[in-house]
Amino acid sequence: MSTTDPGTQNFPLAAEGREALEAAAREQRALTPTERVIASVEAYTPEEAAERTLANEMLADTRPGVRQPLLLNLGPNHPSTHGVLRLIVELDGEVVREVTPVIGYLHTGIEKQCENKTWWQAITLVTRMDYLAPFANIKAYTMSVEKLLDMEVPARAEWIRVLLAELNRIASHLVWLGTSGLELGAMSVFFYCYRERDELLDLFEMVSGERMNHRYFQVGGCSDDLPPGFVERVRAFAKEMPKRIDEYEALLTGNPIWKDRMEGIGVLPADELLALGVTGPTLRAAGIPHDLRKVSPYSGYEHFEFDVPTATEGDSYARYLVRVREMRESLKIIQQVLDGLPEGPVISDDRKVVLPPREELAYSMEALIHHFKLVSEGFMVPAGEAYAAIESPRGEMGCYTVSDGGPKPHRVHMRDPSFVNLQATAPLCRGGYLADLIAIVATIDPVMGGVDR
Amino acid sequence: MSDVSAQIEAASPGAVVAEWEHVGELTVEVQKERIVEACTALRDGPSQYLLLSDVTCADFPDEPGRFRMAYHLTAIPTGARVRLRAWAGALDPEIESVTSVWPGANWMEREVYDQFGVRFAGHPDLCRILNPLDWDGHPLRRDYPIGGEDVQFSDVV
Amino acid sequence: MALIPPPGAPIRRAPRTDPAIDWDLRDPLSAEVSKGLLLTTVDKAIAWTQTSAIWPATFGLACCSIEMMHTLSPRLDMGRFGAEYFRGTPRQSDLMIVAGRLTQKMAPVVRHIYDQMLEPKWVISMGACASTGGVFNNYAVVQGCDKIIPVDVYVPGCPPRPEGLMEGIDVLRKKIGANGQEPSSELIARRREERAQWDREHAEELAELRQVSAGHDVEQAGEPPRVEPVVAEAEASARAAEARGE
Repeated sequence: MSTTDPGTQNFPLAAEGREALEAAAREQRALTPTERVIASVEAYTPEEAAERTLANEMLADTRPGVRQPLLLNLGPNHPSTHGVLRLIVELDGEVVREVTPVIGYLHTGIEKQCENKTWWQAITLVTRMDYLAPFANIKAYTMSVEKLLDMEVPARAEWIRVLLAELNRIASHLVWLGTSGLELGAMSVFFYCYRERDELLDLFEMVSGERMNHRYFQVGGCSDDLPPGFVERVRAFAKEMPKRIDEYEALLTGNPIWKDRMEGIGVLPADELLALGVTGPTLRAAGIPHDLRKVSPYSGYEHFEFDVPTATEGDSYARYLVRVREMRESLKIIQQVLDGLPEGPVISDDRKVVLPPREELAYSMEALIHHFKLVSEGFMVPAGEAYAAIESPRGEMGCYTVSDGGPKPHRVHMRDPSFVNLQATAPLCRGGYLADLIAIVATIDPVMGGVDR
Repeated sequence: MSDVSAQIEAASPGAVVAEWEHVGELTVEVQKERIVEACTALRDGPSQYLLLSDVTCADFPDEPGRFRMAYHLTAIPTGARVRLRAWAGALDPEIESVTSVWPGANWMEREVYDQFGVRFAGHPDLCRILNPLDWDGHPLRRDYPIGGEDVQFSDVV
Repeated sequence: MALIPPPGAPIRRAPRTDPAIDWDLRDPLSAEVSKGLLLTTVDKAIAWTQTSAIWPATFGLACCSIEMMHTLSPRLDMGRFGAEYFRGTPRQSDLMIVAGRLTQKMAPVVRHIYDQMLEPKWVISMGACASTGGVFNNYAVVQGCDKIIPVDVYVPGCPPRPEGLMEGIDVLRKKIGANGQEPSSELIARRREERAQWDREHAEELAELRQVSAGHDVEQAGEPPRVEPVVAEAEASARAAEARGE
């Protein structure tokens, strides 16, 4: 198994095993458990691959009943791993003995690049992290920066943020439901969910100009007011949506196949989940009602009446029920926001941070200077650090910003819920079947953009 | 002295170096040798900081300690938060791993190791997690270049 | 009135809406077609089959993959183009839509999967990140998937609208030769040849013109610029090895 063998040049995937061996050799240390698994799952030459298959067959022939564990490589390009997640599964027949998730295939260097951008420009990068909940990403980031600036956001802006965050929660759960159904074989659910999601993306396009990766929340509020006709369309959507959720439930909730595949799968006691740092619907399905919108309310959530769906079984079916109920609760919040949306400015009026309205540039010299400074250099944030956490559709999304007093961040770190939740994959999947592993990863709902950043 | 510091001092006298409150957040700086004792005290203490929200790091090349670790703890069910800070040192930065206190710190510390080069003593699986396994250097350090392609007419990438 | 005309009766056809898009009935060959025979060249027949059922490989990486899934949604049904059947295995797919940012760690995987696809195969680079690196110009993102695999169609956007991706697929289909059109590579080659021919015929006038505009004796040849050929396989894999580790 020579690492300099030119034969391995034809097997690009074997490169990762070679990398692990090179790194260990360079640093004069033994392979860590993950590296050992990566190095052993790949055959380095076609001859070796053939040998391994043959060895297994011969073993089965000569000593029937004896099984060698099979190391199966699932991903990174796999239809049902929710993105580029690589799972190296050690199988004993159909039973999963051990699973090692390997991530990093979508590592974009967002945190490094944010240090080169001004505080504003970083919003466009941060929004592309967890790409199913872009509003959640920028909410966490802008909240963190507003904390550092000790800035107050006007009420109308906060309520608009709540409205869009809840619409985003529904959109994210629709993708989760559609793709989970697709992975487990319920293909029609996919088309139903994407039909609704198209309408939601139309709403997002009305408000921000983009269907995804919006850049609508601004430090200090929202960049623009709601367009005319938006509120009516959201009302129409909120009226229609409960019937659609009933449709999904009619398809899945009582479905014996769905229940067979999801009940009793992937159970872990709540305190173990907490010790692993898991948050979000995965934790709430295990019995702990930890929802940051209730526990430490932000952005005006304390004004709204809604329940936090919780379950006690902690299996995949419970996680599914929790998320579907969350969609209904989000609709409740949306109704309340629409009924009580206050009038007022949509962004703070601190001219040192927020752009002045365009008409002012025509008659106010000060506004012109502020505009120039903000666009060319950016605003300064006082030195310090802040951590702001929100409840994204997947769990606790936090943003830790460190400022050194300048126009660019010194450090931006996003605490992504999927990154931490994926650590629970191994404990949840051990002892189950391979098919259950698919169902468990589906209900953990990882989004690799957030995992790898 | 707040409750948090009192608990830490009770478990491990002399661990707390400083504490302050800024923008409504409590930050306690502890000595890096005592970080595991501090975390254990907070997890088992009356406030029950059962959830480790985040383990992260920031690079300050001009400071003597250089790599400033930040541990964000959340109490369940109250939701109270506290940040523990520790400096890991400039040459051969090393600090003890808190995976014995919260297993969820595993990947978070691996990410810090990958991006900053801080070693975690006692970590069960310390290898790169985000970058390719044989990557050279630690990208989030301040002296690591941003990389990518040169863009004309733009000094800010 | 009988729906089925009796034998021997003249068959009345519906009036053609646009003669340009239909077979020209004055053309004797097309008259054969209207009697029920299908005459075509083998190339056009193959092009018709290829463009009617392009099966993409599932290769969604990041945000663009969500918009790619939206082309399958009921609103913009990609099944109209026969391309709704995303194959899990690259062995059975014709098209690789690189949807999302390509990172250094993922680059060898992309190349591996591209190599596993069977000929003929095409690549659509969807989105700004796959085409040029997009917003992310840093150590971790490969600045364009065409550094690793040859790309046929680039679809800009961040993310492109699903309609944008569909237009990309439409452009690809025209490139392959859908609807009996000439594949555009042949068109380009033919135009280049015609231009070169014209330049040769009008060489003297061109030389005079250049003399006047340059103001001094000029003996440049009037050759049109050469378009670089598609990146060769070996070069692409060498670049892949480069982009991956170093």
